[in-house]
Amino acid sequence: MTDKKEKRIFGMDQHDFSLFMKRYGIGFIMVGMFVILSIASPKFFTMSNVTNVLSTVALNGVLAMGMVFVITAEGIDLSIGAMLALASTTIGIVLQATGNNILAAIAAVVVCGIFGFINGVLVAKGNMFPFVVTLASQLVIRGLGYVLSGGYSFALANPHFTEIGLGKVFDAIPYPILILIGITIVSYFLLHWTKFGRYVYAVGGNINAAMASGVNVPKTRIWTFVISGIYAGIAGIIMTARINAAQPNIGVGYETDAIAACVIGGTSFSGGISTIPGTLVGIIIIGLIYNGMNLLGISSYWQTIFKGLLIIGAVMMDNAINKKR
Amino acid sequence: MNEDIRNANKDYEYILDCQNISKSFGGTHALKNVQLRVKKGQVHALLGENGAGKSTLMKIIIGLYKQDEGNVLFEGEPYNVSGPAEAIKAGISMIHQELNPEPHLSIAESIFLKREDTIKNTPFLNKKLTNQRAAEILDKFNIKLNPKMLMENLTLAQMQMIEILKAVSCNARLVIMDEPTSSLDSEETERLFQTIRELQAQGVTIIYISHRMEEIYQICDSYSVFRDGTFIGSGDLKDVTTGQLISMMVGREVKNVFPKVDCKIGDVVFKVEGLTGKGFRDISFEVHAGEILGLSGLVGSGRSETMRAIFGLDPITGGKMYLDGKEIKIKNPSEAIKNGIAMVNEDRKNFGLCLFRSIRENISLPNLPKKQKGLFINQKREKVECRQIADVLRTKMASIESEAYSLSGGNQQKVVLAKWLQGSPKLLILDEPTRGVDVGAKSEIHSLMSKFASEGMAIIMVSSELPEVMGMSDRILIYHEGTLNGEISRKDILSGKADQQYILAKEFGEK
Repeated sequence: MTDKKEKRIFGMDQHDFSLFMKRYGIGFIMVGMFVILSIASPKFFTMSNVTNVLSTVALNGVLAMGMVFVITAEGIDLSIGAMLALASTTIGIVLQATGNNILAAIAAVVVCGIFGFINGVLVAKGNMFPFVVTLASQLVIRGLGYVLSGGYSFALANPHFTEIGLGKVFDAIPYPILILIGITIVSYFLLHWTKFGRYVYAVGGNINAAMASGVNVPKTRIWTFVISGIYAGIAGIIMTARINAAQPNIGVGYETDAIAACVIGGTSFSGGISTIPGTLVGIIIIGLIYNGMNLLGISSYWQTIFKGLLIIGAVMMDNAINKKR
Repeated sequence: MNEDIRNANKDYEYILDCQNISKSFGGTHALKNVQLRVKKGQVHALLGENGAGKSTLMKIIIGLYKQDEGNVLFEGEPYNVSGPAEAIKAGISMIHQELNPEPHLSIAESIFLKREDTIKNTPFLNKKLTNQRAAEILDKFNIKLNPKMLMENLTLAQMQMIEILKAVSCNARLVIMDEPTSSLDSEETERLFQTIRELQAQGVTIIYISHRMEEIYQICDSYSVFRDGTFIGSGDLKDVTTGQLISMMVGREVKNVFPKVDCKIGDVVFKVEGLTGKGFRDISFEVHAGEILGLSGLVGSGRSETMRAIFGLDPITGGKMYLDGKEIKIKNPSEAIKNGIAMVNEDRKNFGLCLFRSIRENISLPNLPKKQKGLFINQKREKVECRQIADVLRTKMASIESEAYSLSGGNQQKVVLAKWLQGSPKLLILDEPTRGVDVGAKSEIHSLMSKFASEGMAIIMVSSELPEVMGMSDRILIYHEGTLNGEISRKDILSGKADQQYILAKEFGEK
C-alpha cells in the first residue's frame, strides 16, 4: 500500500506544524497586527505611540498576570476591578494620615492581598465556586472603598506619588512598563520554574491526582488568589498614581480585559494549561486593538465588539488546533 | 429484491460479516484488511492487545467511524449506518466499558430515553405506562429493582444491567460488550454471565471484548484475534488453549504469564494493627522487605478502602500503623509520601495522571521537593532523571515532553509507576496495577514488580484477577465484607493446596 504523502506546511509535517502553531500562533497574530498597523497608520510606529501602548497595557497586564495563576488552578477572580478601587482609597487615606508614599503603596498591596486570601480560603476551604465567591466579594470590596472614602474622590496628599505613574527612566521608559516587566519576570519564574507553579498546573489539570500526589491543594489554591490580590494592589498603585487621585469608582470591568488577555494567550478555562509568555502576548494584542482602532478613528463602541469577537476567535482557534492531534 | 434471495439472506449463517475492512487516521493504519464473522446466536470473543484495532472496528460497526475500504453485512444485507442511533435502529447496540448514565433519570426513564411514551395525542409524558413497561422488562430478566429508582443510586453492575435491558428493549439482535466485567466483582460477573446466557437463549448474538482469558473460556463460543490492526485468526474456543490465544495476540510466545521471581524476604517494613475505617474493620497484617503481599476479595470487600486509608486518602478511625517498627500517623497523602509510602491508585484517570501535562511533569509531581535547587526546580536534572526512569520501565513515548493522554493505557500506567518509583519508596501499594493494560505491558509490569521486590521494596498488590494474585504474591490475604478471612502462602499455591476455588470460597465468607 502506498502511503499518501503527508501535507507539508512551511517544510513541517502537519503534526509539527499544529504543535508549532499552538505554541507560537498567537505570537504571529501579534506581529501581524504590528505590521498591519504600521502600514495603515504612519503614527503607529513612533516612539511616543509605542510607549503609549505599553503604558496603557501595563495596568491590564499586571492584572492579567495575577489572573493567569487563578485560572490555571481552575478558578476565576472577578474581584480585581473592585480591588483597584479599594487600593486607590487605601492609598488616599494612608497618604492623608502619614504622607508616606512607600507606606501607602505597601498598604494598598497588603489590603488587596488580604482580600485575595479571603477569596482563596472561601474557595479552597469553604468549598465554594470561585465565580460565586468573587462575584460576591467584589461587591463587598467595592462597597468598602465607598464607605472608607465616603463615596468621594480626593486628591493625593503627597504630590510625588504621581511620579510612579508618570515618571520615566532615561526620559524614555515609563515606570509602569518597568513594573509590568518586573511582574512578568517574577510570574514567569514562579509559574514555570518553581514547585509552586507545578502544583498550580497539577491542581488545575487534575485536582484528585494532585492531592493523591501529595500536593497541598487548598494551600495552592489560596496562594493563587493571594497572588491575584497582590497584583491587583500593584495595578491599583499604578492607576492611582496616573490619575493622581484616590477614587472609589475606578476599575469597573477591568477583570474582563484581564480574563480576555489570558484566554487570547492560550489559557484554558478548564485549568491546567497556560503560559506566561502567551499571556503577555494576549495583553499586548488587547492593547493593540485599543490603540490601533483609536489611530484609525474607529469608535470605542466597535473596539468592545471586536474584543469580544477576538476572544471567541481565540478559543475557536485553540479548539481547532487541539482537535487535529 | 427477489423473494428467494431475501429468504436466503435471513438464513445466512453469519449475523455480522465484516469483509476486508481498512481504516487509517492520518498516516497510521488502524485497520488493514480485517475480517470479523460472527455466527448467529453465539457469544463471540474479540481478542487483542490495546491498540490492536478492536475498538476502531467496533466504532465502525456502530457508525462512529466510516471505513476507508471494505463491506459490512448485517443479517446478510449491506449495512451502513452513520451513528449509534441508527445502529440501534438497525439492531446493533453497544455496552461501553465506561458507562455514562444520566444520574437524575429513573431506571424506566433511562431505558426508554428518547422513546418516551406520551399520553395519546398530547406531548405530555405517560410516566405510568413507561414505568409499567420497564417493570415488565426487569421482571423478564429477574432483576429486583424498582423502575422509579434513580440511576445515581445504582451500583456499576446494576447500571450495566440497565444498559443491557435498554439494548434488548430496542430489539437488538447483536450486542457488543466492551470489557463488561472490568469493574464487577466475581458475584456480579456471574450474574452478568447468567444474563448473557438468557440473551443467547433468546437468539441475541454477542460480541464480547475482554482481557480476561478465564472469562472468555467460561462464556464465549468462538473467537477472533486482532494484532496491530490486522486479522490473525478465528475459530471455536474449544479448539484452542489460552497459551495459543495469548501468543496469537502478542505475536510471540509468552513463556510465563506471571514472571514471579522468588527473592530474599527481609525484615518487616510495614505493619498495621486493628486498622478500622469506612468499609473495613480490625485489619492486621505485616509486609516484609522483598515481599509481594496480594490482597484478594470481591470488589467493595474493603481492600482498596484499606489501602486508601493507609495512604491518607480516607480517614482512619481506629488501629495503629508501624513503619520500620516506629508508629506513624498519616492524615493525608503528603505525609504518606514523606514516610516513604507510594500508591498506584486503581482509578488512573482521576487519581493517577494529569492527562494534559507532560510525562515529565507527571513523573516529577510527587518528587518535586527533592528536585528543588534553592528557589527553583533543576529542570535539566529533572529531564535526565525522568527520561531515565521512563526508560527503565520501557515506556513507549514520542518524547518526555509529550502529554500523558497521548500514551496507550499500558504506557500511562508505566508513567504512574515511574512517578512513584522515582521516590524510591519503602512500601509500594499497587491497586489493580494492570487494569485496562494490554497483555504485553501487563507481563512487563509483573516483571518490574519482581525486580523492585528483589531490590528490597515491600509491595502490597490489590487485584481482582485471581490468576494475577496467585501468580505474583508471596502471600495472599483474603478479604470478606471488610475483614480478613484467611491467609495463603505461596507454598500452598504451588503445592496445589489452595486453588482458585478455595480462594473464591474464602472471598464469599467460608471459614
